[in-house]
Amino acid sequence: MATSAEIGTEGTLQIAEHFKPAQGGSRRRFGWTLLIAYLLLAIGGVCMVTPFFWMILTSVKPAPELVNFSFFPENPTLQNYLNVLNTSTFERWYLNSIIVAAISTTSVVFFDTLVGYTLNKFDFPGKNIIFIGMLGTLMIPTEMLIIPWFTMSVNWNWHIGYTQYWGIAFPGVITAAGIFLMRQFFDGVPNELLDAARMDGMNEFGIWWRIAAPLVKPAIAALAIFNFIGNWNAYLWPLILANSREFYTLPVGLSFFRGESTTHWEKIMTAASLASIPLLIVFLVFQRQIIRGIALTGLKG
Amino acid sequence: MKRSKLFILTGALLVAAMLLAACPAAVPAEAPASDSAAEESAMADEVIEIEYWQYNFAARVDAMNQLIAQFEEANPNIKVVHNADIPYAEFRDKIAASVPAGVGPDVATLFYGWQSVWIDSGYLVPLPEDAFPPAMVAEKFSPMVQASFVEGTLYTLPTAVRALALFYNRDLMEAAGLDPDSPPATLDELRDQAVACTQRDDDGKLVVQGFVADPSAQDHHWFREVLVRQFGGVPYTDDYSEVLYNDEAGMQAWNYLLAFHTDLATGDRDLFDGSTNAFVGGHVCFHVDGSFRLGTIAKNSPEMNFGVAELPSHNGVKSTFGSYWTHGLTKKAAADQARFDAAVKFLQFITSADAGALWVDIVGELPAQLEAGSNPELLADEKLGAFAAGLEYSHATFFADESQQRQAIIDSFDMVVLTDEDPATALQIAADTDQEVLDDFWSSR
Amino acid sequence: MRLTLHQRQIIWAYIFMSVALVFFVVIRWYPTILAFNVSFRDWNVFEGSGPWVGLENYQEIWQDAGKPRSSVTAAFSNTVRYVLFGVPSQLVLALAIALLLAQIRRLSAVFRVAYFAPYVTSAVAVAFVWNWLYQPETGLINQGLDLVGLPQQPFTKSPAQALPSITAVAVWQNLGFAVIIFLAGIQQIPGHYYEAARIDGANAWQLFWRITLPLLNPIIVYLTVLGTISYLRLFALVQNMSPQGTGGPLKSTTTVVLEVYREGFSSYKMGYAGALTVLLFFLILLITIIQLRFFSRRVEY
Repeated sequence: MATSAEIGTEGTLQIAEHFKPAQGGSRRRFGWTLLIAYLLLAIGGVCMVTPFFWMILTSVKPAPELVNFSFFPENPTLQNYLNVLNTSTFERWYLNSIIVAAISTTSVVFFDTLVGYTLNKFDFPGKNIIFIGMLGTLMIPTEMLIIPWFTMSVNWNWHIGYTQYWGIAFPGVITAAGIFLMRQFFDGVPNELLDAARMDGMNEFGIWWRIAAPLVKPAIAALAIFNFIGNWNAYLWPLILANSREFYTLPVGLSFFRGESTTHWEKIMTAASLASIPLLIVFLVFQRQIIRGIALTGLKG
Repeated sequence: MKRSKLFILTGALLVAAMLLAACPAAVPAEAPASDSAAEESAMADEVIEIEYWQYNFAARVDAMNQLIAQFEEANPNIKVVHNADIPYAEFRDKIAASVPAGVGPDVATLFYGWQSVWIDSGYLVPLPEDAFPPAMVAEKFSPMVQASFVEGTLYTLPTAVRALALFYNRDLMEAAGLDPDSPPATLDELRDQAVACTQRDDDGKLVVQGFVADPSAQDHHWFREVLVRQFGGVPYTDDYSEVLYNDEAGMQAWNYLLAFHTDLATGDRDLFDGSTNAFVGGHVCFHVDGSFRLGTIAKNSPEMNFGVAELPSHNGVKSTFGSYWTHGLTKKAAADQARFDAAVKFLQFITSADAGALWVDIVGELPAQLEAGSNPELLADEKLGAFAAGLEYSHATFFADESQQRQAIIDSFDMVVLTDEDPATALQIAADTDQEVLDDFWSSR
Repeated sequence: MRLTLHQRQIIWAYIFMSVALVFFVVIRWYPTILAFNVSFRDWNVFEGSGPWVGLENYQEIWQDAGKPRSSVTAAFSNTVRYVLFGVPSQLVLALAIALLLAQIRRLSAVFRVAYFAPYVTSAVAVAFVWNWLYQPETGLINQGLDLVGLPQQPFTKSPAQALPSITAVAVWQNLGFAVIIFLAGIQQIPGHYYEAARIDGANAWQLFWRITLPLLNPIIVYLTVLGTISYLRLFALVQNMSPQGTGGPLKSTTTVVLEVYREGFSSYKMGYAGALTVLLFFLILLITIIQLRFFSRRVEY
């Protein structure tokens, strides 16, 4: 919590000290409870990864093996990967997905954190209405908004050329779900800390940026990764907006392997495997932010 | 300070991505290019640009590109923009979103079963009679194309059509002691051979399925337009405004279909994810399907030893279900006379007999014009011949709402199979549901 | 003119939210109001607009709901069942897994990735993989049942089992999300709370009920409200997993949003789809407000 030290008053420092998350705990000896924990996690983990694993196994099967639903490939091959990577626009779809997810995530991290903070820490008229009003946008199926969004995009010329990236990203540059998430997490930031900073004459933006936001870094990291994944996997809207295959994102491109009578499942599994790898890497990067050093000493009894 | 490094790293990744986004923007985009092309052409001679949309399927895109190239050569003052970058499953969504925004195709390809809904809303405009005389269509096109007329007005025309035929697995037939050179020619033979071909292991589990009744594949079409007629009935009145398959003949047809699942138990559609996949996987002897399935087999089961025969007849009645992807002119085209004329010319070109002949070579779909469809070479084709032979006795159901009407049959089949509903009651429910959809459509006209 | 502290706070709050408010009004609420407007019209998608018909679409829904084997009735009752099955199991499992993950150090990154893998898998791949897992005879689950001598199950092929089977996939896919949010929440719990309680002689069970659970309250609120909303809007998974994507067999898995989509984009009856959307909107709003009220008891630390 280096940032809170910048405030410089003793009181604040003390509060910041109190706010320190649970640390340590690994020093405990290896015991029965830990063994059971590992065992349960292992059983659950196998259940969780088996389908994922089968996706990857399917991606190394030649097409004729697919109709037989066997678990392991009889003649494993990397041909599917070559075929998918040779699909003319595959790299472009990859790049498009990264661009759109990056635009949206950058914006979401900033605005959702700011608005979530405001909704938690400020008192102002219309607060509840605004909060419910924002949540209300989650209560409409996106399918119903697509036609007005597309009409808007055509009116503002967001559906041609490189502005398509903005066109694909714009409905998600601020999200109600993210605002709600951050509002909940700011609950754990003590008001005394903010008041102390106010006493020191810090302006409100500075208090948010330098004191409050750093305290919810784990939540911000979670927000970033979930938003990135959500955009990465978005399907219907990018499909409607983009006007040619050059601007399709990965999931939309994937659907080219699905035909009227023949679906190239081996290629879909290959592309889906390729699509999930960067997400797991992004996750690995962020998860340390999210769960840095937690270990609940208390619960081990 | 490991974590701040990680933050910097991710930040850098994001910035890099943004730069990548900005980078290609520096290169001149395609949009201005086409703008300047349009300007140039305006200087030369008035060039009219029309937009054509179809869903993405490599062979169809290829065939259409060739047709467009030929057309543009013959008509240098017309430019056709071909948009086929639309996945099959979302083709309708994409068109639906484009209409209120005022963009979209002048000439659109659509499944013939969607016509009524598209026409009903005024999205498709009638084809001009001087360019497409009804008598010419009746004479030259496969009879199933009559489904493109709504109350006497022609709205769409296809390049190619499809029909159903009987696929049979020669190896499985031989293993069961059947002669693979004489596949079932009648419904009775199909039933008997399916029973003979079925094999179970000691636990009673199906090892080889003789025939799988699966209305969610093509069997709902087979029931309505083939079986009902063969048992002496008609599925609908001639104008397709009233359901008639809930009579005695329909009941016999229904029982014939159901028996494969219930009494004879020659197959279970739950195995191998349905009849189509099971046949392609080599677990089924006989299967009713369309010409488009040849491509699936070539890809997923290239080694399979199979044949295709005309659908079995019954009481001397031959019938098959025909369907087609068809082309219509939209109200966007109709808004501008010059564009409309260009679109009409284009439609005439892609529905010609020559276009159909090119189409069958590349896509493997049968030509819509009988002249090209009755080509002896095509009829003699080992695999396509059986489909081509069916064109002259094919029927295409006129659908008010294809997905709902199909669902009615599927649901009734499920009622019998999954909830032990009485077959007659189930058929009546299908007919009632179907009738409701039809009433809804015709009453709004 | 001097502003009071509170007045200045109000101004800051609105400055912080200004961009978001404009965004929500223009990009989210304006199209939503259009969808509401459509529900009072006889609007076919292709027409661009349609005549005002008042409550006719709602009357039609009401009449359809009264018919035997009605899709509308099935859609609403299924949707509620998805929520009742899905939300509690997702919450309880995720909390259990998060607590277990918080105990361990070694291999913890591996386990986190394992539990998170389903969340990054694209929707079509998920549907394909689970469809195979659920296959009769050839599917992995039924082969497993065979192995231990249990009878085979039809899963998605039977009207009775299809909905729970699809719910299980939804839980499987979203579990990683809830686990990570819980972990981020656990991370925020100040460690000295546990130390203090343990000095008072509290055992592990008491620590969980007196400290962990109450302090996770904001997170539980978030996951409950958001989980409920997402199950009420369930669509893509059902579309990908039910036969022909129509919510079968025998309408046993259809949802409100699936019906919205079918009416709007397959039958092109936008007015009817709009009316269903409005009904769903108010259903979600009602449930959300009840949940927020119920959970809004502030927890004293």
